[in-house]
Amino acid sequence: MAQARISWGRTIAAHAILITWTVIALFPVFVTVVNSFKSRRAIFADPLALPWPEHFDLVGYTTVLKQGDFFGYFQNSMIVTVVSLFLVLLFGAMAAFALSEYRFRGDMLMGLYLALGIMIPIRLGTVAILEIMVAGGLVNTLTALILVYTAQGLPLAVFILSEFMKTVSDDLKNAGRIDGLSEYAIFFTLVLPLVRPAMATVAVFTMIPIWNDLWFPLILAPAEEVKTITLGSQVFIGQFVTNWNAVLAALSLAILPVLVLYLIFSRQLIRGITAGAVK
Amino acid sequence: MGALDLKSVTKSFGATDVIKGVNLEVAEGEFCVFVGPSGCGKSTLLRIIAGLEDASGGDILLDGKRVNDIAPAKRELAMVFQSYALYPHLTVRDNMGLALKQAGVPKDKIKASTDRAAQMLSLEKLLDRRPAELSGGQRQRVAIGRAIVRRPKLFLFDEPLSNLDAALRVATRIEIARLHRELGATMIYVTHDQVEAMTLADKIVVLRDGRVEQVGSPMHLYNDPDNTFVAGFIGSPQMNFLKSAALGLPGETTGIRPEHLFIKASGAIAGTVSHVEKLGGETLVYIRTEPHGLLTVRLFGEHSYQVDSAVGLDIDAARAFHFDAAGKRLR
Repeated sequence: MAQARISWGRTIAAHAILITWTVIALFPVFVTVVNSFKSRRAIFADPLALPWPEHFDLVGYTTVLKQGDFFGYFQNSMIVTVVSLFLVLLFGAMAAFALSEYRFRGDMLMGLYLALGIMIPIRLGTVAILEIMVAGGLVNTLTALILVYTAQGLPLAVFILSEFMKTVSDDLKNAGRIDGLSEYAIFFTLVLPLVRPAMATVAVFTMIPIWNDLWFPLILAPAEEVKTITLGSQVFIGQFVTNWNAVLAALSLAILPVLVLYLIFSRQLIRGITAGAVK
Repeated sequence: MGALDLKSVTKSFGATDVIKGVNLEVAEGEFCVFVGPSGCGKSTLLRIIAGLEDASGGDILLDGKRVNDIAPAKRELAMVFQSYALYPHLTVRDNMGLALKQAGVPKDKIKASTDRAAQMLSLEKLLDRRPAELSGGQRQRVAIGRAIVRRPKLFLFDEPLSNLDAALRVATRIEIARLHRELGATMIYVTHDQVEAMTLADKIVVLRDGRVEQVGSPMHLYNDPDNTFVAGFIGSPQMNFLKSAALGLPGETTGIRPEHLFIKASGAIAGTVSHVEKLGGETLVYIRTEPHGLLTVRLFGEHSYQVDSAVGLDIDAARAFHFDAAGKRLR
């Protein structure tokens, strides 16, 4: 029992490290949100000051909501993120199931091939991707972005999910086979519910880079009606003058939807990360 | 209904042969136990019969019909797994009824079958619970119930008692024996526990390294083993193996069961007491001897021996088995 007692020194040290990390991680978010509520002069005079009544100003938000079609941008980002996420989870889970469950010729090579994308950044292929999209007439469509993001998210999804699916009891799947369930029924009704924490982990790791991406919207879909929120915010960044109030307000608003999605997944996410560590 | 016939069944995983040609007949209504050390291929053989693994060669016949290429669900068999393998998202009732639902049986018939099985296993009060709300013993009873509901030709049990504690294991063992009598169905049961094999089986199949070592009734294997492996595997405590040359007996090795060794001051084998286990009804005395190593003597009733004291041992020569250098029995 004596070993089970945690020493105070270690607890404090652990918390000190965690709190330091939290402060560092949250600092940019804090600065962005705080300054989005201040007047332009106040932002530059004292960037770290809180928006006290004397320089509280919603001009950033009013600019954002007046100029451009911000709700349209939001909608585009939402569609691209949610559809890509759905496709990544669906195809990633199915590929992971096949790799973990069936023995076939070249299964190892296939697994390696599918995991290769983790190491090779998809942006290296930007020129080729653009050529394909031009040839397919998909430039300036949300479909182009969804296709690219699905491809981008799949390697990590397959890698993480196939590891998790190996832990699902073989007996359970075999019981399903003996009871006459099809392989699809086994996948959807028996295996997927059991790897839900892993799915949430993959969802978060997939969702955030997609939401935040500026590169592909800029190259593949820069037209006004298909702009995503990150690209839309760029209108306030000029070569000579930048409307900081508006940029900060747009970015603060852009945090909200991912925050909501994250909160939905987070409970499962924690279980996914700690799975195996705590029985 | 339910006769099983295996004809030179083989199974290889890549270059490793796991099952090396098994021939076996299981008659209708028989309780057949596959027993052997871990890694001997007994579970693989069961999976091949179930259709969860394909045989690399040979034929599997159910009621005279070749079933090699028939899907598990169409073979009319049911399987009980060591890890229970209950569907976590379904209630006990739905777990038990799923196979019938998949087969398109009408709802009222499913309910009747489930209720009947639940009654046989006294599960009536648990029908609306989920597996997570059940204890280990209850889960295994539900798994057995799920098998009964289907009225299969053949029941397959894959080490069903290994995850249960000792008391529950005995109770469930008796329950399985009772079910076999009531249902009269053919059952194939895999275990590494020779006590389960001895108490349940009509016929025991002893497997080693993917081969059948011997097939027979429990008492046949006990009283007439073909080789040192079967002789050593069946019976608890294990048979003693003595060096024949030192005793002037035929063959290389002489096997003698612990109950056929006697402690006697004038005995031919000299040794010292190494350890005494008193179990009340019987006493096990472990005796270290010079050429033969550690020997076990089983005495009925309570006896006391001083550890490290010198004793003599005698064998009941009429009950000894003689084996050649390769371990084969000399008859």
